[in-house]
Amino acid sequence: MENLVLIQNLAIVVLAGFTGFLVISQVPNTLHTPLMSATNAIHGIVVLGAVLVLGMGVGDDVVSGIILFVAVVFGAINVVGGFVVTDRMLGMFKQKPGQAGSVSKGKADK
Amino acid sequence: MSWIRHEVFVNTLYIIAFSLMIYGLMKLTSPKTAVRGNWIAAVGMTVAFVATLLKDEMGHNWLLIVVALVIGSAIGVPAARKVKMTAMPQMVALFNGVGGGAVALIAWAEFRNTDAYAHEPKYMAIASLFAALVGSVSFWGSNIAFGKLQEILPGRPITLGRLQQPVNLLVLLGAVACAVAIVAGADSELLMIGLLVLAALAGVFVVLPIGGADMPVVISMLNALTGLSAAAMGLALNNTALIVAGMLVGASGSILTNLMAKAMNRSIPAIVAGGFGGGSDTGGGATGGTDRPVRSTSAADAAIQMAYASKVVVVPGYGMAVAQAQHAVKEMAELLEAKGVDVAFAIHPVAGRMPGHMNVLLAEADVPYEQLKEMDEINSQFAQTDVSLVIGANDVTNPAAETNPNSPIYGMPVLKVNQSKSVIVLKRSMSSGFAGIENELFYDSKTAMLFGDAKASVTDIVEELKQL
Repeated sequence: MENLVLIQNLAIVVLAGFTGFLVISQVPNTLHTPLMSATNAIHGIVVLGAVLVLGMGVGDDVVSGIILFVAVVFGAINVVGGFVVTDRMLGMFKQKPGQAGSVSKGKADK
Repeated sequence: MSWIRHEVFVNTLYIIAFSLMIYGLMKLTSPKTAVRGNWIAAVGMTVAFVATLLKDEMGHNWLLIVVALVIGSAIGVPAARKVKMTAMPQMVALFNGVGGGAVALIAWAEFRNTDAYAHEPKYMAIASLFAALVGSVSFWGSNIAFGKLQEILPGRPITLGRLQQPVNLLVLLGAVACAVAIVAGADSELLMIGLLVLAALAGVFVVLPIGGADMPVVISMLNALTGLSAAAMGLALNNTALIVAGMLVGASGSILTNLMAKAMNRSIPAIVAGGFGGGSDTGGGATGGTDRPVRSTSAADAAIQMAYASKVVVVPGYGMAVAQAQHAVKEMAELLEAKGVDVAFAIHPVAGRMPGHMNVLLAEADVPYEQLKEMDEINSQFAQTDVSLVIGANDVTNPAAETNPNSPIYGMPVLKVNQSKSVIVLKRSMSSGFAGIENELFYDSKTAMLFGDAKASVTDIVEELKQL
């Protein structure tokens, strides 16, 4: 049974890897920084792992409790900070109203 | 309401969650939809989070969890809101590092909770230990990268010289040996701590020797590593959301790393092996000392030269970021355009300290993204360019990359600035770039140097332009 779970999970690993590859290949150079920042936020999903392991209980092992507490703090910084910073960055790529046509001769992209 | 905590329901939520994340990433392909894409991904993350809280196994330490989440958010949100756009690379490095650190810590706690994986299947132990190793490398590597970018540590490569490679290898092998011993059944916690410490050393040793110019590659590589460690942790915890999200990041980070390395014509192993720049002394070969004459110019001359040009290409680099000159540059571009000058920005893929760094800065200053030209597009236009204005860029404009086979950057695709009719270089001094290589461009007869802080110089040019 355990091996079956492993194989199923490995299938997910492979498919997710290819999906990531296909999706990310489409992102233009211009957006590479926000892309990196967004994926950076997405690996903040480790906070779930930390919450889960802490939530399952550590008995009376205080050290494990502290380790996991720090892990949750780290994960939360990663995920929350990551999404906020990406949003700020992307906000700058928005065409501000009234400014598009003034000096820039560039036509709006299609 | 027992179904709500049922495994089937929770895993269904996970499927919804990672679908949203993938959909969100798909939206990142265009500047128009990217903001929404980011929030769709964030919603996906929230769904995954709620699903995890519903899990049947959850039931302890609620207070600790809430407090930790609050502390984490209280640190992360203000940091993300306040950080200057120029400090973005180090912010990303830091967020990346704590992610890797979290993975390593989870693995450590797992080791303790399961009596050294005594009753767990072997693959879980292997996945968990892999996550610990990579997570620790990523945490410490990212912290060193942060230190370098924040200029707490010198940006120049710090190496152990010839010993570097053997030491790196030894440290890494030591960490792997600890992992193997644990899988084989050893249960001493010292082994786990040894693994984490050795992996930490590996992270430090790998990033320290890497010069500032290679930072875009390093940051995206560390990002990929954290993603992979998250996926491995997902395998160890049998958690689909972690696996999918981790692999998405692993894949995207790998693509970016590859793109960056290609843009520098260097292989990833060569970059990781380190020591690029600085160690290469005079930049190898024909460039003689620093006494060669350069022509310097004034802001007034530069302004006149550009105002009467028909095409000006601005080449921004890290110097523009450091000086925070992007707003002044934007103003200058506007004034020139008002005078009928055709202005474009030439963006080298590795200009700056992270992938797409220049794009973000110029977007912050409201430069329309149609004016930002990628290297392949702009390189064919330099021959028709009257003035190229190089603002704090160095190595990415060095013609030695095409002409001098002895140069350490020989073969790296560069912006062919030297093909334009004249070149103005804004630079603080004649010191060489992060790669520590002399730039032939500065000694070219059609090049004029405008020394000074990039922001001050551009502001002076703007003032002069206004008076014309």
